[in-house]
Amino acid sequence: MKFVLRIWRQADADAPGEFLDYEVDDVSPAMSFLELIDTLNEKLTERGDAPVAFDSDCREGICGMCSMVIDGQPHGPVPGTTTCQLYMRHFKDGARITVEPWRSGAFPLVRDLVVDRSAFDRIMQAGGYVTVHSGPKADPNALPIEPELAEEALDAACCIGCGACVAACPNGAAMLYTSAKVSHLALLPQGQPERYERVSKMVEQMEAEGFGACRNYAECEAACPKEISIRFIGRMNREYLRATLLEAIDRRGRMDSQ
Amino acid sequence: MDLDARIPEAPIEQMWSTHKEHLRLVGPRNRPNYRLIVVGTGLAGASAAASMAAMGYRVDCFCFQDSPRRAHSIAAQGGINAAKDYRNDGDSIYRLFYDTQKGGDYRSREENVWRLAELSANIIDQAVAQGVPFAREYGGMLANRSFGGVLVERTFYCRGETGQQLLLGACSSLAQQIHAGNVQMHTRTELLDVVVVDGRARGIVVRDLVTGEIRSHAAEAVVLATGGYSNVYYLSTNAKGCNVTATWRAHKRGAGFANPCYNQIHPTCIPVAGEHQAKLTLMSESLRNDGRIWVPRNAQDERSPSEIPDAERYYYLEERYPRFGNLVPRDVASRNAREVCDQGLGVGATGFGVFLDFRDAIANHGADVVSSRYENLFEMYERITGESPWNTPMRIYPAPHYTMGGLWVDYDLMTTLPGLFAIGEANFSDHGANRLGASSMMQCLADGYFIIPLTIGDYVSSHPFGDVDTSHAAFADAERGARERIEGLCAIGGSSTVESLHRELGRIMWDHCGISRNADGLKEALRLIPDLRDRFWNDLKVPGGGQELNQSLEHAGRLADFLEFSEVMCRDALERDESCGCHFREEHQTEEGEALRDDVNFSHATVWEHRGDDAEPVKHEEPLAFHALPLAQRNYKT
Repeated sequence: MKFVLRIWRQADADAPGEFLDYEVDDVSPAMSFLELIDTLNEKLTERGDAPVAFDSDCREGICGMCSMVIDGQPHGPVPGTTTCQLYMRHFKDGARITVEPWRSGAFPLVRDLVVDRSAFDRIMQAGGYVTVHSGPKADPNALPIEPELAEEALDAACCIGCGACVAACPNGAAMLYTSAKVSHLALLPQGQPERYERVSKMVEQMEAEGFGACRNYAECEAACPKEISIRFIGRMNREYLRATLLEAIDRRGRMDSQ
Repeated sequence: MDLDARIPEAPIEQMWSTHKEHLRLVGPRNRPNYRLIVVGTGLAGASAAASMAAMGYRVDCFCFQDSPRRAHSIAAQGGINAAKDYRNDGDSIYRLFYDTQKGGDYRSREENVWRLAELSANIIDQAVAQGVPFAREYGGMLANRSFGGVLVERTFYCRGETGQQLLLGACSSLAQQIHAGNVQMHTRTELLDVVVVDGRARGIVVRDLVTGEIRSHAAEAVVLATGGYSNVYYLSTNAKGCNVTATWRAHKRGAGFANPCYNQIHPTCIPVAGEHQAKLTLMSESLRNDGRIWVPRNAQDERSPSEIPDAERYYYLEERYPRFGNLVPRDVASRNAREVCDQGLGVGATGFGVFLDFRDAIANHGADVVSSRYENLFEMYERITGESPWNTPMRIYPAPHYTMGGLWVDYDLMTTLPGLFAIGEANFSDHGANRLGASSMMQCLADGYFIIPLTIGDYVSSHPFGDVDTSHAAFADAERGARERIEGLCAIGGSSTVESLHRELGRIMWDHCGISRNADGLKEALRLIPDLRDRFWNDLKVPGGGQELNQSLEHAGRLADFLEFSEVMCRDALERDESCGCHFREEHQTEEGEALRDDVNFSHATVWEHRGDDAEPVKHEEPLAFHALPLAQRNYKT
């Protein structure tokens, strides 16, 4: 197979960027999309050009590092798949394929196809946890959890944090990501004591990072490699509404003053 | 080299609790004065950083990925063992200890293994408290399944993504500590050197992978949680970025490296599809429960597998091991696959693959039953290969997966370099010559949540804090060395790419220090590696410079270390003139082709000391004791 890759090249955040065309021949249908870029990079290096910078690590669809918009779709044309699990047999021989980085104001470009997704980490740091020290705990079977509940929490918790939801959203909203973590802990008994404080803080951080608002386009769900449902966004909105009806308490401040 | 493991004097059952009672403590008000460095944010690093920061220590934490949550622990699938005995099937701390020792072929330190078994139950409690959604039974109790090589059900799991959920749990605790200001998190930052002042590890030199800036961080102690070295083979199930740099750099600064030749090759991975292949994907071992492994008897058989009649199929495991058939242990399955492929019987485009066939399982149990057991795995296989296991047999081949060797540590997880600790896959202590399934995550979290937060206090409490900072000359020296190395790599200006040289190293290691080894092959590797290393330093081509995001340069630095490390690995494999666990020396096997240990001469951990780039490494030995569990021949046949 052979392809023409139209790739976004940009040396750093301040440099102007442009699309450049690259022809790649002798492509095996068994090659993954990232291996195609690897092959291109080998050629670029050999002829003294800068290889295309891109993020990837596990290459088995779980670390969430890879992040390419392929022909306008985050992670490309195959549903429920990360870029690293995309194979060239999914493409038409001779096709011209456009490759761009995640596009969102909250994900500043670093180089070529690499963007800065640290905004996601800061949302998590704002409240995406259960406060618990390391050490002896009660036996977990003392707190039975219905299997359906555990499974639903896992449906949300399986988010790989790749950011495809943001890249797919016309508004650049991070609602699917944030709601997945909020829902995971709101569903479980362990998450109850900090339930409303968590949703308030995470939503506030999400807004402070400059992500857009949700308009129910549902593009996020369609792009999500883990096929996380937008019903979690509805759940987060309900959680947030309830939180706003409760009196705000700075519980940590109280504990510190003891 | 001082290899005193500082094993506490107490019966093994009370050893850890007794030891804890006698460790020196740092008071809560004093802890913020101590700076600790944690490198790596997998299960070991994230849990250690979060736990120590929650106690009040000031922690600097580093990862080369863009977020701590991306570390390769995230990819662990199957589950995590814990001796809870929820199933009332006779499990206990002793039994988990026994299984781990036996699985490791009696080449681990039994005191560490006992402690691991003892702490296993606490890990589950901790993870559940964080909100890790483990599988539950209808009544709401935690569910268990069984895993290879054991006779009880003690494995806890979250579908096929247990590693992801455990890591997200640890990273959520880490996130809280970052938010609280107790952890300074440095992402996209790679360790280049360990800084030693007056014989103690006092900091590290790192490179900011975005700007290329080289800078130093000082601390009272340094913890390496930087994983294993399977990528020495180029192709492995590890993530692309996994590397030996941190542990190797530490080794060159004085930390002994133990048992580098112990590495586990997983039998059921998707085979290499071609020269372009960048990594290998693991398929769950559970497939061997119902799949039958075979190759065509006729090497030139061009027919599609379904057209080959039974009489012309070589079910080699069933024929050679009639009692265990397709369920022989990992190492035996891997060796046999390689053997039949070396005989020219392999299948697929490259000839390095064997069939794993579900035809009979579908015929005997029905498609529904097979689907309920393996649907996800069949989908994953089809996604990657484009072939449906419903219509044609899967093709599988072994792949490097986990490394049991690592930095030597004492009972407190401290290396031979005072102040430098190693946890998780980066150390050597718990899995001997072979790791049991569902035990890697258990070890990482035992080390990170429960052991290092206490033992590091004992170490730092006997030293002053803040007496050394990055203005010390040792930091400037290390920074200069790191800078010169980066400049050197960029200046070679040859014609070989990093990828092509790494592939070559991988081929050498796979051919001569892979599934099975022999003296001639290892000597050949020891001849080839220095040649390749010379070629690397004379003909490498790294595009761009050091002052920018430069992924080729990152890879080049890691390969430079693999090119040094691989030599010690082969040397270790040559010196260990016995077979044990995953280290299979062809010269030493039973009549049935099993590993044949030599307990008289090799009941020890081999620890290598670096004496300079131009000097031969020096071999030391830590003798292993077998008080709690006497030595026995590993036997999975009766």
